[in-house]
Amino acid sequence: MLDVFFFYAFAALVLGGALLTVTLRNTVHCAISLIASLSGVAGIFLLQKAEFLFAVQIIVYVGGVMVLFLFVIMLVNLDTAARDRQFNRQWIAAVACVLAIGAEGVYFVRSGSGAWTFAAPSEFALSAGNTEDIARMLFSEYLVPFEIASVLLLVAVVGSVLMARREA
Amino acid sequence: MAPITTGHYLGLSAALLLIGVAGVLTRRSIVVVLMSIELILNAVNINLIAFSSNSQNVRGQIFAMFIIADAVAEAAVGLGILIALFRNKDTVLADEVDLLKW
Amino acid sequence: MVSALDQLWMIPLFPLVGAAEALLMAIFARGRWKRAVSVFCPGMVLLSFVWSAAAVMTLSHEPARVHQVILASWLPPMGAEWGIYLDPLSAVMILIVTGIGFLIHLYSVGYMAHESGYARYFGCLNLFVFFMLVLVLANNYALLFAGWEGVGLCSYLLIGFFYRKHAAAAAGMKAFIVNRVGDAGLLLAIFMLFATFGTIRFADIVNVPAGGVTVLALLLFAGAAGKSAQVPLHVWLPDAMEGPTPVSALIHAATMVTAGVYLIARSSAIFGVSPEASALVAAVGAFTAIFAAMIALVQNDIKKVLAYSTISQLGYMFLALGTGAWWVAIFHLFTHAFFKALLFLGAGSVIHALDGEQDLRRMGGLKKTLTITHATMFIAAVAISGIPGLAGFFSKDAILSEAFRAGSTALYVVGLVTAGLTAFYMWRLMHLAFYGKKSVPIHAHEGPWTMRVPLIALAAGSSLAGWIGVPEQWHTPALFRAFPLWIAPVFHQALREPAGDPRMEWILMGASAAVALVGVTLARYFYHHRPAMPGSFEQSLRPLHGILLNKWYVDEFYERVFVSGLAKGGGRLLSRFDTGVVDGGVNGTAWLTRLSGRISKWWDEWVLDGGITLGAYFVKLLSYPVRVLQNGHLQSYALVFAMGMVALFSVYVFSR
Repeated sequence: MLDVFFFYAFAALVLGGALLTVTLRNTVHCAISLIASLSGVAGIFLLQKAEFLFAVQIIVYVGGVMVLFLFVIMLVNLDTAARDRQFNRQWIAAVACVLAIGAEGVYFVRSGSGAWTFAAPSEFALSAGNTEDIARMLFSEYLVPFEIASVLLLVAVVGSVLMARREA
Repeated sequence: MAPITTGHYLGLSAALLLIGVAGVLTRRSIVVVLMSIELILNAVNINLIAFSSNSQNVRGQIFAMFIIADAVAEAAVGLGILIALFRNKDTVLADEVDLLKW
Repeated sequence: MVSALDQLWMIPLFPLVGAAEALLMAIFARGRWKRAVSVFCPGMVLLSFVWSAAAVMTLSHEPARVHQVILASWLPPMGAEWGIYLDPLSAVMILIVTGIGFLIHLYSVGYMAHESGYARYFGCLNLFVFFMLVLVLANNYALLFAGWEGVGLCSYLLIGFFYRKHAAAAAGMKAFIVNRVGDAGLLLAIFMLFATFGTIRFADIVNVPAGGVTVLALLLFAGAAGKSAQVPLHVWLPDAMEGPTPVSALIHAATMVTAGVYLIARSSAIFGVSPEASALVAAVGAFTAIFAAMIALVQNDIKKVLAYSTISQLGYMFLALGTGAWWVAIFHLFTHAFFKALLFLGAGSVIHALDGEQDLRRMGGLKKTLTITHATMFIAAVAISGIPGLAGFFSKDAILSEAFRAGSTALYVVGLVTAGLTAFYMWRLMHLAFYGKKSVPIHAHEGPWTMRVPLIALAAGSSLAGWIGVPEQWHTPALFRAFPLWIAPVFHQALREPAGDPRMEWILMGASAAVALVGVTLARYFYHHRPAMPGSFEQSLRPLHGILLNKWYVDEFYERVFVSGLAKGGGRLLSRFDTGVVDGGVNGTAWLTRLSGRISKWWDEWVLDGGITLGAYFVKLLSYPVRVLQNGHLQSYALVFAMGMVALFSVYVFSR
């Protein structure tokens, strides 16, 4: 039962934070809502016994990405923008579009339910050491993608420095 | 209350995705558009984790890690572009930039 | 166990590594750590030499005496691949390139010690060795061409080594451009080879049907003549003496210029069945030999004398190739590599001692101060003159007797005269530089040991190299015939006259030795006993002397015809054509145009413009929806994307 409670609590945090992120006027507030939402996602990870990803989510997003966002928000003058219109002219069409996609998704699930079943919660049990499992797989089977990911990060860092530096 | 199944997680993921897409499509501020992209990527992660635990397999978690790495790279580059844009065009609003015509 | 034969690719790899190291040093170290370069680069060439020697030893024990290693495919339909081909011919070539190359590297350590660009120099030199090895080890014409262009590039880089000096930079460009003419021929030849035989692998082009390959052979010869400085493409080589002297020794005497000889020897299957092309090769070779030797008689720059001597000796090699005496040509190439490298290095030693003085007229009496240089140069001069016993005698005599046996008295006489001229100009050089009584700067000195050792080693080679190819009629043990026995089976076996009357051979040999001695004696008489005589000859033969001093005015001819004639003169002609014909036509046309313009203006304004405006209006109307879509806003595009998703899903929803 506690499971169910936590799921709805975290889901509310995730969706509420996300809604606030896309609606609030002040960008700093948006960022804080985003932190809330991403923390909720971290909680969802924890519920699914993905402890390692939980830690990664907290450290990387809340610790890293959010700080980056806040820096940029302060670097770029957003005061005038905050007083401005927040949504572009196509917002009605966009929201309609999104709702249509959602509705169609619901329709698909409805019409296709019964095609699959999901395991009951009691069976959610990965082996004890989640971090160990990940490490073993990451450094054996996924070693090459892992290294490629590190190159990707390096390229991203170099690229962003190059773009953000004051032009000569 | 009904027990929580993988289906619940997938529903949550879908809702988060739709909110993210709505944010990308409607917000004028590029910073918020980038945040919405983070939301979309997190929706994907929830999906992966749900299937990972459903199939008793940590591969999904590995993929989620790669997506996190990807999201970080994307945020870094995106914000770099944003700063370059702000410096050159003096705006951070997506609909004041129409460079995709050329 | 690692077999040197299977790892043949190591041979070119060593100098490539050396080149990479030295060029990196040149870029990053900026003149520091010279010692690392001066140990590493010669060391790499030495390793390559050792490896080559080991591979050749192993090859000599194999029955087939051919070894091929294919590293990777390149242009499969042409039979072009990254393949290494070691047979007796390429074995001789790699030993020359790496052996002499190493000695010259060693010499350069001393010679270039005080020049800037030390690492760059060694990088280019090692790179040159690498490309030369690619050239001679290639198993097909395409890879050979790659090496061919590579050595051309290195030659350009090294001729223009002192690039701040205008003459050096210009000489580099001249070498490059003149070589292009020949290279174009070679490239066409490769295409034609593929068209004719469907392959460009050496090993596949052996049995060529007679007839129909003359054009091909001539194109190949054009390439060879460019690289080996045969008339009329010889003009670049004397200018190439602007490069550092060891470069002249390595590239423009011992190795690169012999690439043309190698190419024709390698294509012996083609030349062997084309008597016309062979005759032309022989004729050009003979003409080049005597033509260059005559120029060498009067040059006053020590390196220019040697440069024309090189052209003349290359002419000898082509003469041998043209008469079908393939092995003799390669034999002369082999002996020539020793004594010509030695001559150049000796000249370098003289120049080094005199702080860059190259004019023979200002030298003299160096015998006392430069004892080792003098002794080794003496050996080289004896060798090149064809005095019996040293290297040059055997190979030159073999060429002359082959020319005689081929039945062409003219070729033989030209060769004999050239031999006499060679002896004469060589000893003129020796007398002017070493024996005269002119005052010598006090500080003239021998170079360091790195310069002396190569001189001595090459002197040993110059004296002994000929003894592995002594004439048949000497009836010596097989060891003394090792060279022809080793290499002759490689070549196309042309139908040849059996060896003539032994007595005739002895007479020929006596004649060539006598001519050489006459040349030497005359030079001694002129420049030692009667030092005034050359001057008076110059006076009485002023026109001829002038012609020779100006190298037959070939450069001036090219300047007039190709540079000014075609480029500038052509421009002048075009300009006259322009003002007269084209401008008149243009003016007349302009008048007509203006008339018709008036008419069409009216038509335009009232008929066409109206139509166009109407059409434009329609287009604008039609374009409106597209224009709205194509607004350049990121999010609009994203919205279209999302709408597409909705539409796609809707297809599924409504199709159920």
